[in-house]
Amino acid sequence: MTARVLLPGLGLLVAVLFLAALLVGPAGIGPGESLAALLTGRGEAVTLVMREIRLPRALLAAMIGASLGLSGAAMQGYLRNPLAEPGLIGVTGSAALGAVIALQTGLAGAVALALPLAGLAGAGAAVALILLLAGPRGSAFTLILAGIAISALAGALTSLALNLSPNPFAAMETMFWMLGSVADRSFRHVWLALPFMALGWAALATLGRGLDALTLGEDAAAALGIRLARMRLLLVCGTAASVGAATAVAGAIGFVGLVVPHLLRPLVGAQPSRLLFASALGGAAMVLAADIAVRVVVPERDLKLGVLTALVGAPLFLHLIYKTRREGV
Amino acid sequence: MLRLDAFSVYRGPCPVVDDVTCEVARGECVGLIGPNGAGKTTLMRGALGLLPAAGESSLARLAPAERARAAAWMPQRREINWPVSVETLVRLGRTPHLPPGGRWGAADRAAVDHALARMGLDAFRDRTATQLSGGEQARALIARALAQEAPLLLADEPIAGLDPAHQIMTMEVFAELAAEGHAVVVSIHDLGLAARHCTRLMMLERGRLVADGPPGEVLTPENLARVFHVRAHYADTPAGPVFQPTETIR
Repeated sequence: MTARVLLPGLGLLVAVLFLAALLVGPAGIGPGESLAALLTGRGEAVTLVMREIRLPRALLAAMIGASLGLSGAAMQGYLRNPLAEPGLIGVTGSAALGAVIALQTGLAGAVALALPLAGLAGAGAAVALILLLAGPRGSAFTLILAGIAISALAGALTSLALNLSPNPFAAMETMFWMLGSVADRSFRHVWLALPFMALGWAALATLGRGLDALTLGEDAAAALGIRLARMRLLLVCGTAASVGAATAVAGAIGFVGLVVPHLLRPLVGAQPSRLLFASALGGAAMVLAADIAVRVVVPERDLKLGVLTALVGAPLFLHLIYKTRREGV
Repeated sequence: MLRLDAFSVYRGPCPVVDDVTCEVARGECVGLIGPNGAGKTTLMRGALGLLPAAGESSLARLAPAERARAAAWMPQRREINWPVSVETLVRLGRTPHLPPGGRWGAADRAAVDHALARMGLDAFRDRTATQLSGGEQARALIARALAQEAPLLLADEPIAGLDPAHQIMTMEVFAELAAEGHAVVVSIHDLGLAARHCTRLMMLERGRLVADGPPGEVLTPENLARVFHVRAHYADTPAGPVFQPTETIR
């Protein structure tokens, strides 16, 4: 019964937060004026702020949140592990590595969109490598091992790039980029990320039935007619496309893909297929809320989104672990 | 229902299932017996096409979706990975019958209700499956396999860990299924229950099918001594055949 209220409720929450994200900002424009300018284009400066700064920012926050929530739910379902998160297969680290290389080589400054494109290339390389390492028939376990190896390699290479940084400013810029943010992004970022994300969402959305069957384990699922190899391919490619695109435009935003599915699981009766859509909405709501918070709490300090999600997500996760332990599971 | 022809499964160079030829027909409740490591699980998984194998298996030839409608499989490892309700768990058995993106129909609901009732789980319908006892979980998983309503049921040690009443009840359900025209292949270590409820026993020894026939013909003193290293007491009583292993042979 909760499910019937849950999805509309989450949808409403996302809509309200999206609206709030459009109305909050340092420009200090009244809500009526902002919305009028957004819809009618009257008032040049205000329209510019609304259409070129706040709207793409809010859209990206929602898109990234949905990607993280959806792929987190799919990853946890596939690996049958509530501690799994989308970054586990090394996509986040590799996308960040690509972006860091673009920043360090100066390519990001020289060519428009070189930064997110390099991030996408990094994510693509991670997928190729993981499919090669984990093989076509391997189990969920080999996927985790391959993911850990790729994450470690990407992390090491990112450190190397920082280590060999040509000057401290470039290193600083890279460090700040890696913290994760949707500030100062334009519609070009939205249009670049959206096709990849949409493809990823479409791939992940097909997994519901297979994820449900995996509740019984790999052997039983295979005997129920689920093609596990195909499922894994869709999972890896879907996660890489959506989360890779998210990381490429916004840097690494942690804990959303881990906490949101965990939080919503009891509300959908723990059924993996029903968790997918709920987590996408929940992720969008969490990132929108976090992005509003960074603007409201310390407007003058440019607090990074990824810092806040980790700051809120980690204690929340600790609380969940504590609650799970108390229930004796 | 199931036909194996010169069927072998290799793990490395050594055959775990070695050149098995057999056929299981409707109406049969086949007990698959043999000591630990004889290849019972591997035979069933191989026959289903879950392992690469040599020789012919009528099931492994089918496409995955088609095979799932032809045979239900209950693995030995009782996995319930998420705290779903018992009803949700049993509904998973309907997976092969739902069309892509399809709706849940009356036949699906009836199959789930019937499976729950058969395993005595009506009162557990809304309970969280992971919080049940081991034996109750096993029954829920058997109900899941029953809800699949496949002509053939393969179950790997389904009654291990159940209390005596539910062991007997489960074997009776399998015998009923066979009587209704299904076929059941069940691996089992309790030779007494196997002798009472199975219409036929297949005895495996180191991957080879060494005896195949009615329980009285398979559970001979010679076979038991050679394959299981036990002596046993066997009697036909008014309450049915009674079989009890009594001592080991060194």
